[in-house]
Amino acid sequence: MISRRIFLKNGGLALVSLGFAPAFVARAVASANARGQTLITIFQRGAVDGLNMIVPFAERDYYSSRPTLAIARPGSGADAALDLDGFFGFHPRLAPLAPYFAAGQLAVVHACGSPDGTRSHFDAQDYMETATPGVKSTSDGWLNRYLHARDHQAATPFRAVALAPQLPRALQGSEPALAIGQISDFGIRAAAGSRTTQSAFEDQYAAAASSVLHTTGREAFEAVRMLKAANPQQYMPANGAEYPRSAFGEALRQIAQLVKSDVGLEVAFAESGNWDHHANQGAGTGQLAGRLDDLARSIAALVTDLGDRMHDVVILTMSEFGRAVVENGSRGTDHGHGNAMMVLGGGVRGGHVYGRWPGLRPEQRYEGRDLAVTTDFRSVFTEVVRGHLGLTDTSSVFPSFSAGHPLGLF
Amino acid sequence: MLTRGVRFLNTAFAVAVAGTAVLPASGIRTAVPEHPDDKTIVHVLNRIGFGPAPGEVDWIRRVGLARYLDQQLEPERIVDSGVASRLSTLRTLQQSSRALAQGYFVPAMIERRRAKSVDVPAPGAAMDARPAPERATMMQEREVLAELAEQKILRAAYSERQLQEVMVDFWFNHFNVFAGKGATRIYLTEYERDAIRPNALGRFRTLLGAIAESPAMLFYLDNWESAAPEGSRPDDRRRIRPRRARPADAAQRVRGLNENYARELMELHTVGVDGGYTQHDVQEVARAFSGWTIAAPRQGGAFRFEPRMHDDGEKVVLGHRIRAGGGRSDGEQVLDILAAHPATARFVATKLVRRFVSDAPPAPLVERASAVYRETGGNIRDVVRAILTSPEFFAPDAYRAKVKTPFEFVVSAVRATASDAQNALPLVRATRELGMPLYYCQPPTGYADRADAWVNTGALLNRMNFAVALTTGDVRGVASSTGGAAPGVDAITRDVLADDVSAVTRSTVARATGPAQGIALLLGSPEFQRK
Repeated sequence: MISRRIFLKNGGLALVSLGFAPAFVARAVASANARGQTLITIFQRGAVDGLNMIVPFAERDYYSSRPTLAIARPGSGADAALDLDGFFGFHPRLAPLAPYFAAGQLAVVHACGSPDGTRSHFDAQDYMETATPGVKSTSDGWLNRYLHARDHQAATPFRAVALAPQLPRALQGSEPALAIGQISDFGIRAAAGSRTTQSAFEDQYAAAASSVLHTTGREAFEAVRMLKAANPQQYMPANGAEYPRSAFGEALRQIAQLVKSDVGLEVAFAESGNWDHHANQGAGTGQLAGRLDDLARSIAALVTDLGDRMHDVVILTMSEFGRAVVENGSRGTDHGHGNAMMVLGGGVRGGHVYGRWPGLRPEQRYEGRDLAVTTDFRSVFTEVVRGHLGLTDTSSVFPSFSAGHPLGLF
Repeated sequence: MLTRGVRFLNTAFAVAVAGTAVLPASGIRTAVPEHPDDKTIVHVLNRIGFGPAPGEVDWIRRVGLARYLDQQLEPERIVDSGVASRLSTLRTLQQSSRALAQGYFVPAMIERRRAKSVDVPAPGAAMDARPAPERATMMQEREVLAELAEQKILRAAYSERQLQEVMVDFWFNHFNVFAGKGATRIYLTEYERDAIRPNALGRFRTLLGAIAESPAMLFYLDNWESAAPEGSRPDDRRRIRPRRARPADAAQRVRGLNENYARELMELHTVGVDGGYTQHDVQEVARAFSGWTIAAPRQGGAFRFEPRMHDDGEKVVLGHRIRAGGGRSDGEQVLDILAAHPATARFVATKLVRRFVSDAPPAPLVERASAVYRETGGNIRDVVRAILTSPEFFAPDAYRAKVKTPFEFVVSAVRATASDAQNALPLVRATRELGMPLYYCQPPTGYADRADAWVNTGALLNRMNFAVALTTGDVRGVASSTGGAAPGVDAITRDVLADDVSAVTRSTVARATGPAQGIALLLGSPEFQRK
């Protein structure tokens, strides 16, 4: 709370005193007072092996299917699974997230995925980001449709931000959304002439006859000033949070900055890559372990950094599909079907692995080879949009989908 | 046929001799002004091409606007040696898909697999860094797409055949495929070069046919693996292939119809989503195209019709009966039906009018352009001519009515400043950073052709930053002039913006600390974002 007021004093109010009238600073204040909720989505691109991320260690078939890749049962050494509920366990490198599960803040949904059976990364990512499985021509993403379904009273340019070089499909659509590689670079970069160039452009756009350019130009320069005031270069994570020095850790660090700057962030998007382990996947150590280490330490740093603000924040992880139950001949796993998602944050009824577990025996698998899907990923999205973001009518966000009985994540 | 021949002879004649004339056969009026002002010529250059270069307005006034339009409609007769020499260093452009697969993509794939099987980085290591040998081969693979994207930028910036380049861009986008989807990227060079470019101003049916049998589209929309279910052997179904289970690699995955191409063929390529087809039509079209596949897609193999994958029963598509036993001709018949459908005429005409005239296509012009499509059997050149000579095209409310896409913005900035791109890769990168990665538009809809899709806070700042970078020499490989004195602020204001800028823009430019900043302020201005 203190940092929020300090920003408004040093940032927003300072701008007002300089003669600028950034309309959305006031709106941001209003939305902050109304306890704006933020959703942070994390896409694990490449299809994480959900069976080694959230390990069904009580399944006999898990071990018989993965002679070299299986994660050992809890209690059997340093690289063993971390028991969650006597049936499932975290991969050992998810240890930084274990306290949140224990504290009831983190929930897992297993055997979760798409009703569409595609095993193409491209199609499956597309379907997950548009949240219209099987429909290729959907032009907008589900997060953008959420923004659209929401009223626009408190909209700021930072309403929806992807910490990525390009706007992901999930955020594309009619509502404005920002893709920012580095928030410290956000603005006019003209070496010595930056200030005069910026103010000249600003004057031009203020005078622009075209309303779309006029409005967007004004918002762009308001956004630049707002970020400058938030002073991203000087950012120090709170509570001793230590982000990994990876692209993903850096992205989450910047999301924390935006959340704490009260710039009106409602939806954030970050992506973590390199999950497509067809060969030499590793078990307790190795390639997958390295990726999970980066994922877990980054998320834990974000949660630590946000501190009390996590009451208003939910972090949601997703990946386009899971991987085959049986390991392949290259000590890796091929494209599969069902997967696991994690939901962490304010209001989440965590400490539980949700979803009906279909089993791993061959006859229980999807097409005889993959973890079956018992929870449509849109059910999880729907519960997050309803339970956390507070939008009750999700029909336009998830067209022609009825969520059925909720899992009870919130 | 006779009337059509006569009519278009008349059109050409009329356009050549008189600014405005009513053509008796069709009642189409050519509205090309005889004595166009600067704004009109700039408008034409912005719409039928990628914006004016300094000096071009005067040149067109000497040639005559109507004659210039006629020339642009016959690109094969325009000498274009300048761009040819710029493209001569790009080695991959003329290669076959098979050669590209052998020379670039297959080695990269082998290297990727090899690297993955030997490198097991420790936990916590920088996973984003690829091992060195892999990187080298990966770079080679990327060269193919990089050259293709460079080619697109160079042609748009320097080709004399501006309308041709606009049309190639238009059709690629209309028949969009995505470089990020598996083997599609092997075929992109061939796709644009052989399927789209020769047909960009030709007959729609010919273009549609070339697309339908292009491996790029067959792969992108999955038709290559679409097979009649009864054609599959029972023992295909359960077999598990541990090493080759990735479906994109395994032509022999569980067989069945795939409706993706069939659906998009109607929804996006021809009759449009409101074209009156049903889910049943989609299935029938999918049956007709079953067996249209690719011989060895990872090796750059060609289109092949595979009778064993084809459903040879009778089909009914949009009320037309396709008799059993037609084999490959089933698909051709579907294309005939769709290309001749009035909804296709309207859909294509609407998109062209949106591209050339306004985000809100004027209904009377769409109607007339559709009529030309129907009367000429889908002659694209005639439809485009009808649009470019229409009163709506020259109407005041069409002027600067559209916002440039990032690609158009980047290229028009290069043209406006007469910049010399010895290396177009930085421009390819700039286009990507502005949110429009070339050949990497994921959905089959292609990129939007409306202002609201391209105007947002981040993108606008990035445009201004590109303007600054281009004028301060920060876009490497791109020099500020193609020879002679670089055009200054006044020349650009007059020749590119028709002296039509706001008082504020004029005064900010006048106050600039030097010519570079002045030009940056022009290129980043609201006026230059529009076309």
